[in-house]
Amino acid sequence: MKAVKRIHGRAIPFGRRNVDTDLIIAAVHLKTISRAGLGRHAFETVRAEPGNVFADPAFAGAPILIAGENFGCGSSREHAAWALADMGIEAVIAPSFSDIFGGNAYRNGIAAVVLAQNAIDRLLDAAWRYPLTVDLEAMIVSSPLGHRFTFEMDPFRRDCLMEGRDEIALTLSHEDAIRAYEERTVP
Amino acid sequence: MSRGARTLYEKIWDAHVVARGEDGTCLLYIDRHLVHEVTSPQAFEGLRLAGRSVRRPDLTLAVADHNLPTTRRVDANGNRLPIENAESAEQLAALEANIAEFGVPSIEATAPEQGIVHVVGPERGFTLPGTTLVCGDSHTAAHGALGALAFGIGTSEVEHVLATQTLWVRPSKTMEVRVDGRLGFGVSAKDLILFIIGRIGTAGGTGHVIEYRGDTFAEMSIEGRLTVANMTIEAGARSGLFAPDEATFAYLKGRPMAPQGEAWEHAVAAWRELATDDRAHFDRSVRIDATEVAPTVTWGTSPEDVAPITGKVPEPDSFADPARRAAARKALDYMGLTAGQMLRDVAVEHIFIGSCTNSRIEDLRAAADVVRGRKISDSIKQALVVPGSGLVKRQAEAEGLDRIFTEAGFDWREPGCSMCLAMNPDKVPPQGRCASTSNRNFAGRQGPGARTHLVSPAMAAAAAVTGRLADVRELVKP
Ligand code: SF4
Repeated sequence: MKAVKRIHGRAIPFGRRNVDTDLIIAAVHLKTISRAGLGRHAFETVRAEPGNVFADPAFAGAPILIAGENFGCGSSREHAAWALADMGIEAVIAPSFSDIFGGNAYRNGIAAVVLAQNAIDRLLDAAWRYPLTVDLEAMIVSSPLGHRFTFEMDPFRRDCLMEGRDEIALTLSHEDAIRAYEERTVP
Repeated sequence: MSRGARTLYEKIWDAHVVARGEDGTCLLYIDRHLVHEVTSPQAFEGLRLAGRSVRRPDLTLAVADHNLPTTRRVDANGNRLPIENAESAEQLAALEANIAEFGVPSIEATAPEQGIVHVVGPERGFTLPGTTLVCGDSHTAAHGALGALAFGIGTSEVEHVLATQTLWVRPSKTMEVRVDGRLGFGVSAKDLILFIIGRIGTAGGTGHVIEYRGDTFAEMSIEGRLTVANMTIEAGARSGLFAPDEATFAYLKGRPMAPQGEAWEHAVAAWRELATDDRAHFDRSVRIDATEVAPTVTWGTSPEDVAPITGKVPEPDSFADPARRAAARKALDYMGLTAGQMLRDVAVEHIFIGSCTNSRIEDLRAAADVVRGRKISDSIKQALVVPGSGLVKRQAEAEGLDRIFTEAGFDWREPGCSMCLAMNPDKVPPQGRCASTSNRNFAGRQGPGARTHLVSPAMAAAAAVTGRLADVRELVKP
């Protein structure tokens, strides 16, 4: 997978809370047997709303999405992460993420960045006019208006993102431990 | 993870650690892996591209459920009928090709044992106490009803488990949801879990594993526990656990994939040790009095938007949190409801009794008890009963439940996910309103524009015969 260290560009000021995976990608689009091509179906119900941010040409291809708490709740469908990645999203900034989405995100090269709601509110305002930068190395989200918000990230996930690591290969380096466990416990 | 007194979760965790990462993340051994057609094609593709094989096919079980139409699957001669939707057919074909190529055991789409993965796992005895169990579906939490540490995973993780039979997992915090007291007449496990989600919110369990404790759960049937554990994910937690007890053992004994003979005795002895130790610590604790719970319905587009059937559609302004107020306003708009409206006055035209939450035999019996001797209301356009598995269907037919439903005007269908997520032809039309026993009332979940009210099987039956959301306690007497 592609390594991501620093993400810079427009940020879609979506802001909605409890963005569920059905909203990100509706079930009718889950019938694909490949990972690519889901981006054009992302946020379909939102895109049908008049004046929605996704229809704003200023945010076409934006690499960052800003949302409210509990982003990615609902199903375990990784299609949600694939759809975001296919749209060009490399970072989602929200006050909290569902556990499953948090995992699916980093495995698909998307940084799930947690910031407090008041920081999010300021970024939502700034994002209408200015690009944002998510720096994974320094763990800072910044804007040209002088905002600098630091965030924390699970070190393992951050490494995976920054190095574009293949997790299965990493695990297979523990083959001896897996075999020993199986000999000990699995009939 | 911990010393001294441990919770059920910590015991299962400790027993499955293969390796430890630096920050507490552990490589856990996975004992059981359920595979279905929607979240697996890209995982098998990944294996193929990397030249990897399935490490432990013997610990894996595949079954198709999400896409299958619930209409007849074989013709009069027993030959399989084609699936009309080309993409659904392709996904099913991909699963069948993959399980053949990688040698994964499976239940065929037309076999009598076919059903929704989360109904099939417990029913076959594939799900066992003290095991780690995963599936590429968030309602995998259901299997926690039997004391398995079960959680939903994404497709990359499906690939990881297929290749390595392990997963890197971060330990969760522990949360106890303790419910004591007796559920009232007409109040089911579904009403209770909706009530719990309403209390703690859809993000209430985020980062935690929930253990359901207290005498209400001790007295609850395994089927009721499956309903509760199933919707743990709607409370934000990835897994929900029940300590295995005599009811668990009685349920599992003799199931085809459960241990038999002497191995059974050994297994039960080990399972008895799993319960949370007396002085074990929970990071969070929530207490609920079961007698407070009424038959419950959802009014909005999030499972936390719940109210008792005797209540009203809330005023968005009654919520303290501004974000919740905005969400409620949007939800009422989507749902076509007015604040202050009595829930009992809300007319519905679609009924769905099914899904991995409420499609087991007890659920069908509860619905049939309400329907018996009645007809569905003239205003109902579509009323489906979709059993969770072929075996549930057979059992129901042996008990004559199918006749009760069909004589009342319900459609009696083949097992599958069906109208729970509308991937197959079973959908609610735009602006159609459905009383549904499924688990998610998200916008568009049951079809674009569909309006979903989550209810128990008895309440769905009550809605079917009255044509509106109705209090089941007014239709049947104790
Ligand atoms: S019935 Fe619904 S929730 Fe359950 S596995 Fe199927 S789609 Fe998922």
